[in-house]
Amino acid sequence: MSQTVTILGLESSCDDTAAAILRQTDESPPEILASIVYGQSELHARFGGVVPEIAARAHAEKLDLCVEEALAVAGLSLRDIDAIAVTAGPGLIGGVLSGVMCAKGLAAGLGLPLIGVNHLAGHALTPRLTDGAAYPYLMLLVSGGHCQFLIARGADSFTRLGGTIDDAPGEAFDKTARLLGLPQPGGPSVQAEATKGDARRFRFPRPLLDRPGCDMSFSGLKTALLRARDTILSEKGGLTRQDRADLCASFQAAVVDVLAAKTARAVTIYVEQTPAHPLLAVAGGVAANSAIRARLETVCTDLGVAFTAPPLELCTDNAAMIAYAGLELFHAGHRDDMALVARPRWPLDQAAAALLGSGKKGAKA
Amino acid sequence: MPTRTLQLTLSSPEQTCALARRLGACVGAGDVLLLQGGIGAGKTHFARCLIRSLLAEPEDVPSPTFTLVQTYDGLKGEIWHADLYRLSDPAEIEELGLIDAFADCLCLVEWPDRLSGLAPDRSLWFDFSMLQSEGARALTLSWSSPRWDTLQDILIHD
Repeated sequence: MSQTVTILGLESSCDDTAAAILRQTDESPPEILASIVYGQSELHARFGGVVPEIAARAHAEKLDLCVEEALAVAGLSLRDIDAIAVTAGPGLIGGVLSGVMCAKGLAAGLGLPLIGVNHLAGHALTPRLTDGAAYPYLMLLVSGGHCQFLIARGADSFTRLGGTIDDAPGEAFDKTARLLGLPQPGGPSVQAEATKGDARRFRFPRPLLDRPGCDMSFSGLKTALLRARDTILSEKGGLTRQDRADLCASFQAAVVDVLAAKTARAVTIYVEQTPAHPLLAVAGGVAANSAIRARLETVCTDLGVAFTAPPLELCTDNAAMIAYAGLELFHAGHRDDMALVARPRWPLDQAAAALLGSGKKGAKA
Repeated sequence: MPTRTLQLTLSSPEQTCALARRLGACVGAGDVLLLQGGIGAGKTHFARCLIRSLLAEPEDVPSPTFTLVQTYDGLKGEIWHADLYRLSDPAEIEELGLIDAFADCLCLVEWPDRLSGLAPDRSLWFDFSMLQSEGARALTLSWSSPRWDTLQDILIHD
């Protein structure tokens, strides 16, 4: 007899609120029946920047609407759902809490299993949802708030090889845009300027390349850019369009170099573990940068590893990934109860040592 | 408004870090450190050094720009590291739980101009700016609470 599992996923750990419905029959690829994201694009337009959603009650109100809309799009009712998966962290506590409360209410009211999902696991498992990636695969999670290399071995088994010790690349792009008077989010606007610029004009630092391991640092790059900008300002009294394009191109080239060099190291470590189907998956908004993506593809080709980057709408925050992670955990027999707590901090790899500036070891946040 | 000030020149990131650690030794729950200065002025670097000096186990101290708040279980109680840059309404400060944290935790707050009138009177203000020499920063500390009147003795030695 065939088994069909339908999961409702909820996500509210950061700026967006989302609900999705995922269905899988036996071993066939899971199907996203609905994926609703209530972003804040209308607010972004008004404030000219990314406005975080802090208010728990705003998340809670939007969650109800998201769930209703997801059910309508999927043509299902709550009675058709087999389990509720919800982001239980990490993230802003108010948002996570409202998601967990909503999920508990639904699970209790419907008598359904409740599954708490790590938001980062949602991102890290997306290549399995979109590409059927086989474990173990190497994951580069690179977004506004995150940058880390993980070997994904199972739905709740990840090994962290390294990550940023200060800013994430997405944040560095946003701040570069701020420093150069370009619109937010900085990723697309800096990339667009960079295509018109000379990447060799400014020699920005490539931090930590001289150090072993897969850790990265992008904070110093921002300072170097600021100094270069101020030097031009004091010499000429202003920035020309070409100056700005050259700054963007040189900045982007430094980010690309650092990510490429560290990716090569991470791939090397990963390949030593002789995976059957070696694969690097890149997820997160920064994966949409074509220069970064092209270089990472080259690194993979050179090292004999397949490359994939899930489509952008599944790389940014969404609930389909939470439903999918919930599905894997469901099949693994994982269940939470009403004691499920919202966790502002929740490292994917509890055992990973954080390689700090001083080279000390410790727990990873 | 702050009535007393102390001006320092920090010649390198290491010196900024050393200052942060010295200060870390004499702050605790209920102290509010407000870190001003533009992008790249060194606010997060300072906060990272101070927070690490108060952790039992070394761990990463990522930038809070994206997450708004990062919290830590410090040796002397809970530490809040906030970046208010993305906030637009003082009501959001309350929603974040920052007002309660001011009373109970050690708080380091970047972009404190967003606090408007919500900054506690006992706050210690930091103003970082870049100097010509690479890695060097000018730091102006200001305060009105007698809590900080001994700063000079704590921070200026060697």
